[in-house]
Amino acid sequence: MKNILVALMMLVSPVLLAQDLFMVRSQLPFPEAMSALQQSIGKSGYKVSRVQRVDIGLTKSGYKTDKYRVVFFGDADELRAVSDRHPELIPYLPLKISIFAENDETLLLASSFKHLRPFYPGPDLQLQFDRWESTIRDILERVRVAE
Amino acid sequence: MHIKDVRITCHAEWITMNLRAVLMVIVTLLLSGVSVAGPNGGAMLYRQNCAVCHGDNGGGGVGIPLNLPDFLAVASDDYLRKTLRIGRPGRIMPAFANLGDTEIDAIIGHIRSWSPQAAPVYNSDPLPGNPERGKTLYARHCTGCHGDEGRGGIGTGVTFSRPREAPVEAPALDNPGFQESVSDAMLKASLLRGREGTPMPSIKVFGLKEKDADDLVAYLRTLNRDVLPEDNSGLEPVILYESAYSLKQTLENLKQAVIGRNFRIIREQYLDQGLAPEGKEDTRRIILYFCNFAFLNDALAIDPRVGLFLPCRITLVKTEHGVQVMSINPKNLSRLFNNSDLDRYCQQMHDMYAEIMEDATL
Repeated sequence: MKNILVALMMLVSPVLLAQDLFMVRSQLPFPEAMSALQQSIGKSGYKVSRVQRVDIGLTKSGYKTDKYRVVFFGDADELRAVSDRHPELIPYLPLKISIFAENDETLLLASSFKHLRPFYPGPDLQLQFDRWESTIRDILERVRVAE
Repeated sequence: MHIKDVRITCHAEWITMNLRAVLMVIVTLLLSGVSVAGPNGGAMLYRQNCAVCHGDNGGGGVGIPLNLPDFLAVASDDYLRKTLRIGRPGRIMPAFANLGDTEIDAIIGHIRSWSPQAAPVYNSDPLPGNPERGKTLYARHCTGCHGDEGRGGIGTGVTFSRPREAPVEAPALDNPGFQESVSDAMLKASLLRGREGTPMPSIKVFGLKEKDADDLVAYLRTLNRDVLPEDNSGLEPVILYESAYSLKQTLENLKQAVIGRNFRIIREQYLDQGLAPEGKEDTRRIILYFCNFAFLNDALAIDPRVGLFLPCRITLVKTEHGVQVMSINPKNLSRLFNNSDLDRYCQQMHDMYAEIMEDATL
């Protein structure tokens, strides 16, 4: 029943749906949005493993912002189980969300698993992709509504 | 009352409670649907589907600005409707096949609320221009921004990926989504009016007249680019090489290969580092992260969402049979982005990964 409710609520979620990428816009400035993202990842039961800067030298190159990070997250047991069973997925793990400033707001972006699904039709992985997509949408939605 | 009766009663209460909750959600959804026809429905749908790229107030972002008075003055509802339906193949803007007609009209109604002007309505008849003469005019006045044969600028949007003075990249006039959406009359109106807030001037500033606009439109209509059939070859999700060397030696080889291609090594770590307790990591799986800042900046100029590819990474995996060297296949991931320029870039990235891995495993 809980799943039905979640599924119904997802129908009205502003996380960009039915798309290949999951994107949300947070009204929060970058530092607050980053903090909200890390909290949201924790609420989903995952742990942030690393925050990677990918913005070194951007403003010197003429870009308007130097606030661009990639946040990696996962669960050690899940990571080991999935990579043992399906080592071909290792390059896509741990999961990650890109976050970057856009003026006074922040955009967050994650990939769906649509591009992987045709190659791994087994029901266990399809279910795993479903779970990850659902978790990522929940994480992003919490950041979107965070104040 | 027997235990069984209690159980039945509790179960009935549980069902009632949850049914009530489901009904509340359904009512919410229905109200959302009802409100699609109202003034707030369009705002909600715009927020769900468009704001993340175009901004809450249409000021632009990853996507182009939609709230410019000159844009709203010339863009017909038909143009907006078709644009939402078809998108811009290969230019980031997706086709919103998930939206119904009512929802699309509601979004358009919301966009219209940013301007007091009524939506223009155009005749769909082709204009009687001279494409040869239009081609000459295009080469003289338009190529600088819109490129040869209307290919448009690289990238899109106004902020992160737009460090330049121009607030918006010139659109691809040859894009099949644009060509299908725009009428001759709307093209002409755009040429004559220009678009304040962007580099697009009225062609009148060049001394051009209505007849010249007809000729330009006739030429622009010859630019409709064919959409190539999707090439799915070589799109496996992973690039994989087998190494005959030990894990340690393969890692050293990999570092040399990375440095040899002007990349900087930024980090070496175990796959589960930061997740597994310190000292308990799986030492059979090692990630090497590396970066070339010029390469990175070029990629960000093409698409600000490119962070999902970053930083460059190759993973080593020790198995029972040897060592595997693997990376994502950028060509496969790129398919999610609807960006032809990024596809081309990812082809280069794919080749670069493959060369590095080949060097490391030879």
